[in-house]
Amino acid sequence: MTADNQLDVWEVFMQSKPGANYIHAGSIHASDKQMALQNARDTYSRRGEGTSIWVVPSSAIVASNPEDNGMFFDPANDKIYRHPTFYVMPEGAKAI
Amino acid sequence: MTQQQALYKYSLRLGDNALILSARLSEWCSNAPFLEEDLALTNMALDLIGRAQAMLKYAGEVDGNGKTEDDLAYRRSEREYYNNLIMELPNGDFAYTMVRQLFVSTFELFFFEELQKSTDATLAAIGAKTLKEVKYHHLHAKDWVIRLGDGTAESNRRVQQAVNQLWMYTGELFEMDGTDALLMKDGIAVNAEHLKMGWIQMVTQILALANIELPADGYMQTGSRMGIHTEHLGHILSEMQYLQRAYPDATW
Amino acid sequence: MEQAQETLLREFEEKIECGFAIEPKDKMPAGYRKHLVRQMSQHAHSEVIGMQPEGNWVTRAPSLRAKQILLAKIQDEGGHGLYLYSAAETLGVSRDELIEQLHTGKAKYSNIFNYPALSWADIGAIGWLVDGAAIVNQVSLQRTSYGPYSRAMVRICKEESFHQRQGYEIMAKMMAGTADQKAMAQDAMNRWWWPSLMMFGPHDSDSPHTGDAFRWKIKRHSNDELRQKFIDKTVQQAEVIGLTIPDKDLKWNEEKKCYDHGEINWEEFYRVIGGDGPCNKQRMEHHIRVHNEGAWVREAAEAYSAKQQYSKNA
Repeated sequence: MTADNQLDVWEVFMQSKPGANYIHAGSIHASDKQMALQNARDTYSRRGEGTSIWVVPSSAIVASNPEDNGMFFDPANDKIYRHPTFYVMPEGAKAI
Repeated sequence: MTQQQALYKYSLRLGDNALILSARLSEWCSNAPFLEEDLALTNMALDLIGRAQAMLKYAGEVDGNGKTEDDLAYRRSEREYYNNLIMELPNGDFAYTMVRQLFVSTFELFFFEELQKSTDATLAAIGAKTLKEVKYHHLHAKDWVIRLGDGTAESNRRVQQAVNQLWMYTGELFEMDGTDALLMKDGIAVNAEHLKMGWIQMVTQILALANIELPADGYMQTGSRMGIHTEHLGHILSEMQYLQRAYPDATW
Repeated sequence: MEQAQETLLREFEEKIECGFAIEPKDKMPAGYRKHLVRQMSQHAHSEVIGMQPEGNWVTRAPSLRAKQILLAKIQDEGGHGLYLYSAAETLGVSRDELIEQLHTGKAKYSNIFNYPALSWADIGAIGWLVDGAAIVNQVSLQRTSYGPYSRAMVRICKEESFHQRQGYEIMAKMMAGTADQKAMAQDAMNRWWWPSLMMFGPHDSDSPHTGDAFRWKIKRHSNDELRQKFIDKTVQQAEVIGLTIPDKDLKWNEEKKCYDHGEINWEEFYRVIGGDGPCNKQRMEHHIRVHNEGAWVREAAEAYSAKQQYSKNA
């Protein structure tokens, strides 16, 4: 008996309308790129949810580690000068 | 035969093709090789029911006796059905179903490309909508036939067997009778005979990519234009029409 | 070591307490992971096995519209199974393993699908009662603590919204129809009511696993709470279309502002779970047969893909 398989896992990203961000919709199984695209279409755009699809093999996704959250993300928290509200504008100035 | 009668029969034929193939494809529901393909087959079945609805509704309108699409689907008997025989053949294995999808969707690719130019506005509109659906059915079937043909020895054998078995039912797709001739004069119907070369070329190319041999020319089964079917259609209809026939006064 | 475990558990539970979602790579106690895999896979299997009783009527749907609706609904169930398998896979178990657990009987699916769909009215009853009961549970699960599970549930709830309505529409149509249709509808009601109530599981007092599931916010409401919610909203719907609920003890409790109901036949519940329901063997045989029949297709797809890779690299 051969080992059974359910094909590889792919991640599906959908764009809801032209110009919008691609958002993770979920996963599907497929053995090749064409099948992955078609399975994504048949699974995630049954209600007209999308105008464009990306599929990516799950194995190609690199995710950050929660243990690294401190060094990865906390240092950005005090860089308030990156936000427009940090700056004091003179009274009466318009369109800035 | 008047033009009205011809148009009625022509729309019925197109409706029946969609209806009966949808019946077969929907039998795959909860029976597909894996979950994603189950969804894909159902999507195609749903496209086909939609097409059957539109075509049969139009047939009812042309007929002018107040028959709805459901009356036509659920109250006609075997001899009054005009779908091509290939649509009603039992599903067989997944290879058989995909090869049928390839043969039919390749034909329909050419057919609806032409029908969308029909001088009959309704047929043209249905044709244009259907063409988009059929392009996807064709892509899906083509990819699967190549995948299976060029997959394992077993899958290749199954595809070859399906091609050999289904081949004799492909001739009927291009058949024309008085109905077609009458409607073609006014640019309503498609000249199906003209589509044959394109079909053969495309199918040959795809089967070559799939390492599948084309069967030799042989006898082509026929009969559906006169409502003469295989034994299988009766069983599809007796299941499909069971409630409507058993409870004729009920609405559902 | 033990202390490290305890610290981990404490930190985890604090996180849950603050309402943070847990994501696949987060540290989590083994028990949490185990509970989730069990619950998500059971949920996924239920969706997939649930395709069978409804699939039984696909070829006999009485109108083109009815057939479209039914197919679209069963397809949704397949899709939902797929979303839930994917959510379970984020915890490192493959769909292969999950299906194998189903086939060996290690994993369960909802008991309700071990009952047969005998008439067209059963399709109405399944949509209205079975999906109605499932939705009560699923709405509550949208806020479950595990991120991938919660996201799957949000999508599922959005898609499910038509399922119950289509079932109720079938029942309403039949109750407004001929005497035969009314009889079919009431018969379906009589057969599906009690199994639907059983879908929420044993009484809270008899329910294992509940403690951890609550503390970890996998489960947000108790079996009895959810069951009560379902009964309270369904009784009125039955009355509107003239169906009788087959429970002579059912009556409005003015003090508690909810319905009191008769006792569920727990003997039947445990018997069917134990394998002796009307369709247990049929459902499992169907799933195993389809799985085996599809093996050559999946193998061929893998083989084709491997050849493509090879020729690209050559």
